[in-house]
Amino acid sequence: MTATTTSPDTIGATPARRTVRPIPTARLVTIELRKMFDTRSGFWMLVSIGVLSVVATGAVLVFAPDNEIAYGNFAAAIGFPMSVILPMIAILGVTSEWSQRSGLTTFTLVPSRGRVIGAKALATVVVGVVSMAVAFAVGAVGNLLGSTITGLDTVWDVSLAAAAQIVLGNLVGMAIGFTLGVVLRSSAAAIVGYFVVSLVLPGILALLAQVRPWFADLQPWIDWNYTQVALFENDTDTAREWAMLASTTGIWIALPLVVGLLFLRRSEVK
Amino acid sequence: MITVESLTRRYAGFTAVDDVSFTALPGRVTGFLGPNGAGKSTTMRVMVGLTVPTSGTATINGERFADLPNPGLEVGVLLDASAQHAGRTGREILTLAADTMGLPRRRVDEMLELVSLTPSEARRCVRNYSLGMRQRLGIGTALLGNPRVLILDEPANGLDPAGIRWMRDLLTGFASQGGTVLLSSHLLHEIEVIADDLVVIGNGTIVASGSKEELLAAAGTLVRSTSPRDLVHALEQAGIPSTLAGDGSVRTDAASDRVGAVALAAGIALTELRSAEGAGLEDMFLSLTADTQREGAAA
Repeated sequence: MTATTTSPDTIGATPARRTVRPIPTARLVTIELRKMFDTRSGFWMLVSIGVLSVVATGAVLVFAPDNEIAYGNFAAAIGFPMSVILPMIAILGVTSEWSQRSGLTTFTLVPSRGRVIGAKALATVVVGVVSMAVAFAVGAVGNLLGSTITGLDTVWDVSLAAAAQIVLGNLVGMAIGFTLGVVLRSSAAAIVGYFVVSLVLPGILALLAQVRPWFADLQPWIDWNYTQVALFENDTDTAREWAMLASTTGIWIALPLVVGLLFLRRSEVK
Repeated sequence: MITVESLTRRYAGFTAVDDVSFTALPGRVTGFLGPNGAGKSTTMRVMVGLTVPTSGTATINGERFADLPNPGLEVGVLLDASAQHAGRTGREILTLAADTMGLPRRRVDEMLELVSLTPSEARRCVRNYSLGMRQRLGIGTALLGNPRVLILDEPANGLDPAGIRWMRDLLTGFASQGGTVLLSSHLLHEIEVIADDLVVIGNGTIVASGSKEELLAAAGTLVRSTSPRDLVHALEQAGIPSTLAGDGSVRTDAASDRVGAVALAAGIALTELRSAEGAGLEDMFLSLTADTQREGAAA
């Protein structure tokens, strides 16, 4: 590195004031998408989605008995690693601005923090939908391969509606991660928080439902894991079940997200 | 132009910035000085909307930073060169900023060249950058949108001597073309060389502000004579308090023309008569901020 002479045309402080147009939202979403995967950790997250889809498919091919070679089993095998990694991507997409302090630049280039967080939310949905599409595609290839190897008929036992519910279930998981990211604004805290609400909390609520009968009726309305599992199993079909999903979404996502955003907008970025 | 009016920022239990007002004018480099924790960075963070003020306003060309439609094109900001995602490459950080502002990608290459980061350095992750390289990258990010206002917090920190010289030329060139530069620094010599105006902050309040010449002139007069004791006596007779230093020099707060007149009237030959500027910014800084220094050591 040596010092260069400054050329006036590249740093020129031109006296005429330019007409500046606001930054379009589509551009912000594109940038946030890029930021999710342009770091080393983001890159490996992306790679791991692809690799784990293939590994899970391979595992079903190798270990499942011939009569179990059905699309539903491939979808389930791929779905599990997805349901863990996708929320992590959602969390880090938000918290890295604070944990890695890149927010200093982000929020000086785009002072409206609400718009930045909104763009991150849209980018998260895009990542969720595209990742699931990739997962379903890899599963389909595995299913075709499996039926060819076993010589049996190819079984397509996942309806389009069921696939949509699985995608929605994963988006719920990502939304929980995103919300934790907005509320806690720290990668470590949000990841720990995610495992608490997704692994520890369901056990406690299930236990509570066992020992307190009045809670058993209440649980589906307040336990977000319960409604997420219902989505994964394509069990959300009555209006009552959709209302349960709306209720848990309101309690665990909408409400904390609104409160978190209010704090985030006024918080100090250091 | 940057205008700060009655800016106050309180935290639970203490006031970081207390009723601060000053202006950084276009065409001039304004140095922002103060001891550690005096409120420099807080003031700068409020200017760019990262910290919400308790009361008061900070505007850039008459507008609040948050109201600027695409701030990167109007204000170049470098607050903390280390505040970057460690896992991104230097080039990627510039690319993201250029994309956000809607600038062509060739701006990225232009900036890399301007701040002397080589292509192979630009491909490395920021975690492997030295402080000086991060500082260069930060300056590149600030200049990317070709702004007319620069807000830089300790930009010379970590730069090598050639880099410091380069930045000095860059900033004076920027100001001479009508740009506004506000820079904070602990490197008093740097500020003394580069700044046109000074704002000194201590314990959250402005203790002095004005042009560099004014402030340094206020440091008083230094005078030498073959008979210093007679000079001190003559000054005293004229009602000018002065102090005789061990090396025989006499210092006084009075202007040099008055001191000269007194000496002439008393028939004392002077060997040196000048503004005490030579003692310079460091003395001024230490005396102005004496009450607020951690060491309690007044100059």
